[in-house]
Amino acid sequence: MDEQPPRRPGELSFAARRRLFLVGAAGLGALLLWGLFGLPDYRDVVPLYGQVINHSAVEERSSTAVVSAVNFDYRGFDTLGEEFILFAAVLVLALLLRRLSEERRDRHEWKARHEHTTSAAVRLTCAALVGPTVLLAVYITAHGHLTPGGGFQGGVIAATALLLVYLGSDYPTMQRLRPLPLVETAKAAGALAFVLLGLAGLIFAGAFLENFLPLGTPGDLVAAGTIPLLSVAVGLEVAGGFVLLLSEFLDQLLVIRRKQEADS
Amino acid sequence: MSVLPYVVAVWICLVGLYGIVTSRHLLHTIICVSVVQSSTYVLLLAVGYRQGGVAPVFVDIPHTTPAVDPVVQALTLTDVVVGGAVTALLLAIAVQIEKHLHTLDPDELDPLRD
Amino acid sequence: MSSILYATSIADLAPLTVAIPFGLAALLASRLPFPFTRHYAELVAAAGALVVAVLCLLLLSKTLDSDGPVVSRIGGWQPRDDGVIVGINFAFDSLGAALALLAAVLVGAALVFAWRFFEAVGPTFHALILVFLGALTGFALTGDLFNMFVFFELMSVSAYALTAYRIERAASLQGALTFAVTNSVGAVMILFGIALLYGRTGALNLAQVGEALASRPSDGLVVTAFALITGGFLVKAAIVPFHFWLADAYAVAPTPAAIVFTGVMSDLGIYAVARIYLTVFQAPLEPHVEGLRAVLVGFAVVTALLGAALALAQNHLKRLLAFVTISQIGLALIGVGLLTPDGVAGATLLIPADGLLRAGLFVCIGAILHRCGSVYQSSLHGRGRVLPKVFPVFFGAAVLGLAALPPLGAYPGKALVEEAAGEVGYGWVAIVFVVATAVAAAALLRAGGRVFFGWGAPHETDTDPREPPAEESELTGSRGRVPGVMFASAAVLIVAGLLVAAVPGTAEDAQRSAHAFADREAYAAPVLGRPPPPAEPVHLLHGGALEVVLGLLTALGSIALAVALLRDLVPLPRPVLMGFERLRRQHSGQIGDYVAWATVGFALLGGLCALAT
Repeated sequence: MDEQPPRRPGELSFAARRRLFLVGAAGLGALLLWGLFGLPDYRDVVPLYGQVINHSAVEERSSTAVVSAVNFDYRGFDTLGEEFILFAAVLVLALLLRRLSEERRDRHEWKARHEHTTSAAVRLTCAALVGPTVLLAVYITAHGHLTPGGGFQGGVIAATALLLVYLGSDYPTMQRLRPLPLVETAKAAGALAFVLLGLAGLIFAGAFLENFLPLGTPGDLVAAGTIPLLSVAVGLEVAGGFVLLLSEFLDQLLVIRRKQEADS
Repeated sequence: MSVLPYVVAVWICLVGLYGIVTSRHLLHTIICVSVVQSSTYVLLLAVGYRQGGVAPVFVDIPHTTPAVDPVVQALTLTDVVVGGAVTALLLAIAVQIEKHLHTLDPDELDPLRD
Repeated sequence: MSSILYATSIADLAPLTVAIPFGLAALLASRLPFPFTRHYAELVAAAGALVVAVLCLLLLSKTLDSDGPVVSRIGGWQPRDDGVIVGINFAFDSLGAALALLAAVLVGAALVFAWRFFEAVGPTFHALILVFLGALTGFALTGDLFNMFVFFELMSVSAYALTAYRIERAASLQGALTFAVTNSVGAVMILFGIALLYGRTGALNLAQVGEALASRPSDGLVVTAFALITGGFLVKAAIVPFHFWLADAYAVAPTPAAIVFTGVMSDLGIYAVARIYLTVFQAPLEPHVEGLRAVLVGFAVVTALLGAALALAQNHLKRLLAFVTISQIGLALIGVGLLTPDGVAGATLLIPADGLLRAGLFVCIGAILHRCGSVYQSSLHGRGRVLPKVFPVFFGAAVLGLAALPPLGAYPGKALVEEAAGEVGYGWVAIVFVVATAVAAAALLRAGGRVFFGWGAPHETDTDPREPPAEESELTGSRGRVPGVMFASAAVLIVAGLLVAAVPGTAEDAQRSAHAFADREAYAAPVLGRPPPPAEPVHLLHGGALEVVLGLLTALGSIALAVALLRDLVPLPRPVLMGFERLRRQHSGQIGDYVAWATVGFALLGGLCALAT
């Protein structure tokens, strides 16, 4: 074990803290198990809520992927909150990782440090994968109401496409492909679109987030009313959010240097 | 074993908490927070499982086929996104802390120190 | 097919209290040219907060008119014939609507405070605080367990973000880190509890879960779920031993954010405990209510006393106010922990009054910081004289309101809780109220005396001997004067805090609402689409002479104690001081300690609940 920092007088020693925790954990573990043993055998029963939705989702909402129906229709309000959690986190991430006044971007230094780029094999593979990845992302988002998938999954895949670009080429190329203002606007537009679709439900159907578009037949691409639209809105927001997230961390790592270091 | 997933969930939770309490590196702490959150995924999905149930996707099969619970899957999805957002936020805070204090040892943090 | 109790159009607008702030936040965070400049951002945000406040006011008046909760079916999903609710609905009564209104008012006040002067970088701050507002109102109004959890997490993430906002100070980052880790652990426990309830009842709607649990006696699962969910919310409410994060976070959060934190965020944890117990757990746990009452009141009393005692030991003004917050939330938990409608009514009166007054005090501290450049009592000694004379008046009025000077401020709530406690044999909590309130108020008065008037010996350090770093102001603009917005916001908050519970008729309304709040069947009926049970007559309590005397005693006691402290007349024996110091040192700022204590806290809470049932 490394040297531990000295404890100020009166604070718990590390050994004391661990002992305290182990006592607490024993109690907490016992409590949790006591409660969990009151649950039925996990293999037997599907809770009532799930059964009811399984039976009715296809007819009620023309959506064959029931999880997406739950996410974007039955419990769409949860998805609204969840999407804004990501929104808020990415918003402050930009703040946390922006360059402080004493740092400046140093592209030249970056270039010098990264002259030895990746091998040709890696570059080729990544370049080849970018297209299919984007296509996969679009497919998964658009088919969210038919097969497993939806906006969240599709958005994350889209963000990894950008990562593949970076791995396959270099930082300036990636930068060209992700103009930050556009990405931020896309993220905000996705979030706003979800809210507006909810409002449209209020205006056209009497309840916030009510599914007010024609439902079509189950199995069609254009079906399930607002579910695919909400899925696309979320996909846009998640893709924008994760691209921003990855970009901010990469910027921190690669480009931002302290002024003194760069000048010396 | 009818209670195996439940025991696993509790174990993961406690191990994660132990990691947080005894951690010597902020990244380790943050990952342990993620581990603690993942124990809830195991629990939720176990609650919704049924033996012999198919995935709740009814493209080729009639919708009366016994399927597992879609609601817990939606809840877990929400939970995963939340966990990911919190982890990203914590990592960004850790990056900045390292810049200010030149250390990532959580036990060297001091709320009154600037 | 809807019963007349289903809300008409105004209830359908309830989700807008969430959608409007969210939509505006998205608009502000986009790079569209229109709301992008800072002035427009502030205008847009303030307008949004105003609209939400007006909407909450309409919702509140609607709840006062209807029997039973107002139900808003989001997504248009009606309950099915077999009683299963497949959608999410809002189901709120006047308590929930009042808290939502409080949140909107406080966010509006925070935006006024930040107007033109706060060092906001782009529209990020305003977007974040709008998202925070949406989460607060959604949390207060919702009637679905998992939806509550989602908004709880959103409220938390926005709070972490707002705490970390001033990234140039390492202390902000550290405070945000401990805040985030401890509260995430609490959220995990809540989710464990929700999973247990879902596995047992197959439902996520509060009314439906309560209905399903009512038909069977409680067992290990029910008690564990109760302990976990309650414990998780008590982490947010900063009840001992889950409280360690609050002082660290409040000390570094920017003042506009701190205004909202102290005013409503932690109190929502107490509201959630009350809501969930009364709607979900009341039926199966009713036979054990005596034991559970003891457990909850026990935790609350420790919190109230500990918070007050530690407030005395703080040099840093924001940390002082943080410990006062902890103490007062403990007092509110006493009210709720009594598990009776009158106790809940008392807490209902305490929470907004205390919250608004504390928010006003935070504005005063913000003014001190701006004008004098420090929040440490030791370096501020007497320098507060440069502030306009009205600030000591605001400060003193707010503290006396917190000290429950009859009939203002915290007095109505305090009196009601004391009476409610007497009804169930807990009359001794009145002593706790007097002591905790007086000590906390004395700590504040002493600070005010030192800062504004230079009383007491300078360089007193019964506190941390570490050298306090200079704290930069959060505001732009000349240091030479206090901006008018600070006067305005402080005045509005403090006057509102003094009067909100004292307005005639509020106490009766609160009691009636609390009785409706506590009636599980009356809550469940409109949600599940059934006709309501007949309303039972409510016996109203009115404060008696005893409560008035206690109130006066508290207020005068706090003044006397403050004077005694300033003049060093309070000799404390060395062992007491040593014990005190050890206690203070436990608040080490380190995540490992905090999470270890929290684990012990959950185990203790669960163990005691198990023993009680």
